[in-house]
Amino acid sequence: MISWFSALPYGWAFFLATIIDILVIALPLMLAVAMIIYADRKIWAAMALRRGPNVVGPFGLLQSFADGLKVFLQETIVPSAANRGLFLLAPIITFTVALIVWAVVPFQAGVVLADINVGLLYILAASSLGVYGVILSGWSSNSKYPFYSALRAAAQMVSYEVAIGFVLVTVVLWAGSFNLSHIVMAQQGHIFGLLNGFGFNPLLFPMWVVFLISSMAETQRAPFDLTEAESELVAGYQTEYSSMSFALFWLGEYANVILMCVLNATLFWGGWLPPLNIPFLYVIPGIIWLFIKMLVFFFIFSWVRATVPRYRYDQLMRLGWKVFLPLSLLWVFLVSGVLMWMRVGIAQ
Amino acid sequence: MNLAYYVKSFTLWEFLKAHAKTLHYFFKPKATINYPYEINPVSPRFRGEHALRRYPNGEERCIACKLCEAVCPALAITIESEPRDDGSRRTTRYDLDMTKCIFCGLCQEACPVDAIVEGPNLEYSTETREELIYDKAKLLDNGDRWESVLAANIAADAPYR
Repeated sequence: MISWFSALPYGWAFFLATIIDILVIALPLMLAVAMIIYADRKIWAAMALRRGPNVVGPFGLLQSFADGLKVFLQETIVPSAANRGLFLLAPIITFTVALIVWAVVPFQAGVVLADINVGLLYILAASSLGVYGVILSGWSSNSKYPFYSALRAAAQMVSYEVAIGFVLVTVVLWAGSFNLSHIVMAQQGHIFGLLNGFGFNPLLFPMWVVFLISSMAETQRAPFDLTEAESELVAGYQTEYSSMSFALFWLGEYANVILMCVLNATLFWGGWLPPLNIPFLYVIPGIIWLFIKMLVFFFIFSWVRATVPRYRYDQLMRLGWKVFLPLSLLWVFLVSGVLMWMRVGIAQ
Repeated sequence: MNLAYYVKSFTLWEFLKAHAKTLHYFFKPKATINYPYEINPVSPRFRGEHALRRYPNGEERCIACKLCEAVCPALAITIESEPRDDGSRRTTRYDLDMTKCIFCGLCQEACPVDAIVEGPNLEYSTETREELIYDKAKLLDNGDRWESVLAANIAADAPYR
């Protein structure tokens, strides 16, 4: 794309090309977020025998845009006791962090904004930054429920990141790379040269389950939505927010959910590769496969949310520290042992 | 603390069963009606918006006996009356404050001539409070508009009175 701007000096051409690349990712992402919110509401409604949004546009497809317009036209209210600067900064941080992680996600072979070799570490680092948006919003609101919520969110995200870290170690051990594109390629024909995806490996499948549950906890979706438990904390750290600052939380949250769905697909189920390693399946472009996988995982996310009641706080902590952490730690030893045995054989 | 417990808990057995149940419900027909486009059937005894009825010859039924005003537990009805030119007792004022009304139906029970009735209409929300303070003209207008339904409802309910 830099060649489009070849009349300009290289620095400017690179800058403009990158801006366009970013827009090409971010704008469809925002559209996807709007539609995924609609899908979430529809799926949840269907499982509760309700209809869900069905008035705005055909089948209610434009509901998210109507909501967005409503929120956009609202007044931004800043509580007088709030720390104004941080209060307005917090949703921006949440939204930005939710977007920047997408830089390293490969959509197809070679189609990635930043093909860096430490992509997985970058994702871990950037998603850990997300907790700052939550903490700052909770603290700067100067209100008790958002503050409780922020404390819960911080503890929850930190706890589950530990388990996610070890799960990712098993993936990295097997793929031999931190680069997401390499991880996807390592999954090609993983089982008998036929199935694409670490998830088909019986040894790694339990780690996918741990990753799936941890990613729900990481994005604070039900059953781990203690941070916005409406029966206890009004709306959690978003309580004092209105208008666009609220919308930014909303968009960031769902962008994170989509990201986690895509990461599930990329790390365990072959990313842009078709599920079976058969040549004619490669006719369909990789981004379509990734999109289908993302939708499947999003359906699972919504399904869980419609099914499982909210965890109590101590149960949440118990699951994170006393079940997932030992389990994933054990699996790191198991996977490295199996890999050593496969590559070196049993020492005499 | 037996083995079966751990096997069940680590295979997420209970969760999978619950998810099978919700997936079953996912494909079931919806329980909610599509309200603005579909409305639940309404009983003949339904107590909705009030109306003042007329006789078929156009004469208003209300004889200003003020029984409804007296029985109204919410004091929502205000009636003033005077003899009309032909000597019959008629209301000059029949105000019904819909913001006070509790829709108990005692007014229509009390009415000896079936003049004040509560009809099947429940979609009369307004944008201002003042519009909900009904006067005689509004109530008579309601009666004219809903007369066929009101008469049918009273006829349907008559055997049980």
